[in-house]
Amino acid sequence: MKIAVLSGKGGTGKTLLSVNLAAAAESSTYIDCDVEEPNGLLFFKPQVLETEDIAVKVPSAKGRICIGCRICVDFCKFNALAHVNGRLKVFENICHSCGGCLLLCPEHILTEKDKVIGKVLRGIADNVAVHTGVLNIGEPSGIPIIKRMLSNSELVHTDPIFIDCPPGSACTVMESIKEADYCILVAEPTLFGVHNLNMVYELVKLFGKPHGAVLNKCLETVNPSEIFCEDKNISILGKLPFDRELATLNSNALIAARVSAKYRALFSSLLRIVKREAAL
Amino acid sequence: MKIAIPVEDQCIPASVCASFGRAPYFLIYDTEDQESRFVGNQAASSQGGAGIKAAQAIVDSRIQALLTPRCGENAAEVIRAAGIKIYKTAGTSVTSNINDFNNGRLEELTEIHSGFHGRGGE
Repeated sequence: MKIAVLSGKGGTGKTLLSVNLAAAAESSTYIDCDVEEPNGLLFFKPQVLETEDIAVKVPSAKGRICIGCRICVDFCKFNALAHVNGRLKVFENICHSCGGCLLLCPEHILTEKDKVIGKVLRGIADNVAVHTGVLNIGEPSGIPIIKRMLSNSELVHTDPIFIDCPPGSACTVMESIKEADYCILVAEPTLFGVHNLNMVYELVKLFGKPHGAVLNKCLETVNPSEIFCEDKNISILGKLPFDRELATLNSNALIAARVSAKYRALFSSLLRIVKREAAL
Repeated sequence: MKIAIPVEDQCIPASVCASFGRAPYFLIYDTEDQESRFVGNQAASSQGGAGIKAAQAIVDSRIQALLTPRCGENAAEVIRAAGIKIYKTAGTSVTSNINDFNNGRLEELTEIHSGFHGRGGE
C-alpha cells in the first residue's frame, strides 16, 4: 500500500510525519520524493547499499551539418536552442527533454544523448527501506527521478510504502501521488495553513485519491484547519501537538517514534488509523 | 555600425532597461546614419530561456555591438558566438550611452551573471 504525505507548503511536517509513521511500522519503505532538498535521510541515516544515476535525454547536433531552418529553435518553449553562425547551440540545463526538436528536424541531424540529472540512493535503516531521490543543483525538473523511484519493481508492496512528497501542488507532487493508494494532507493551525491545505485538498480531489488530514503544531486555541476539515468532510486522522519535546527531537534529526515512548505510542496509534482508513 | 540597447520605452528619450532578456524593447541604432529603430522583444514573456531567445533575435538583426547594463551567461554565449561585442552601459540615458560608445568611453561588459532562471533579479 502506497501512502503519500503532502502539504501545500514546506515546513508543515511532511517529513516529520512520513519518517515517524515509517519508523513506527513493523517493516516499511520510505521514499523521499522531495528531490530538490531531500532530508528524510538525515533522520534515518541509512546504510546506503546502492546508488543509481538518473539520466534524461538531451538533443545533440554534434558533428552534424545543420541547414539552419530553425524549426527546432522556434518550437522549443523553453528556448533551449539557438542557431548562431550556422551552428546549433543546445543549452542542456534548460532543456526539458520533451524530444520535440528531434521529431521536427526535417534533416534528422539531431541525436539524443544521456545527461545525468541526479541519483537515487537506496539503503536500509533498521525496519525501514529508505529510498532517496537527489536532483543535481540547477536541473529544471526532478520528475524523472521521482518516476524511477516509484516505478521500482523491487518495492515490497506487502508493507506500507510512505511517499514523502515535495511541497506544493505542482507537477512533482502530481507525479509523487499518481500511484498512491491514499493521501495524507498535513496542515498547520493558521489561516495561511488553510490556504495551503486547500491547494493539496483540491489536488487529491482532482486525482480522485482517498485522503485524510493530520493537523500539526496544534495548540489549545481554535484551529482554522480543523474547521476547514469539518466543513469539507475531510477525515482528521490525528493531531500532533505544538510541543517543545517533539520539536527538539526533530531538530536534532532524531526520530521521535524511535527515541520517545510517548511519541512511539502516538505515531503507532496514528499508523493504525491511517492503515484502517486507507484500507477502506 | 549597428548597435542594440535594451530599453524600457519605444521612443526617444528612452531609458536603458536593467534586464537584457526581459527588456520590453530593443533600440537598434545605426551609428553611421544615426537612425533609431525600436523592436519589441518577443522573448520578454517567455516562461524560461528569455536571454537565449532575446540573444537569438539580436544576433539575427545583424548588429555589431550590444550595450547593456548586464547580461546572463546563456545570452552572452549566444551573442559572443556571433562575434558581437558586449559593452556595459553607464547610467540609464540612451542618448548619453550612445555618445559614450561613439567616443570609445564604454567598457566591455566582463561580469556575466549566471542567470536568474525564474527567480527574478534584484
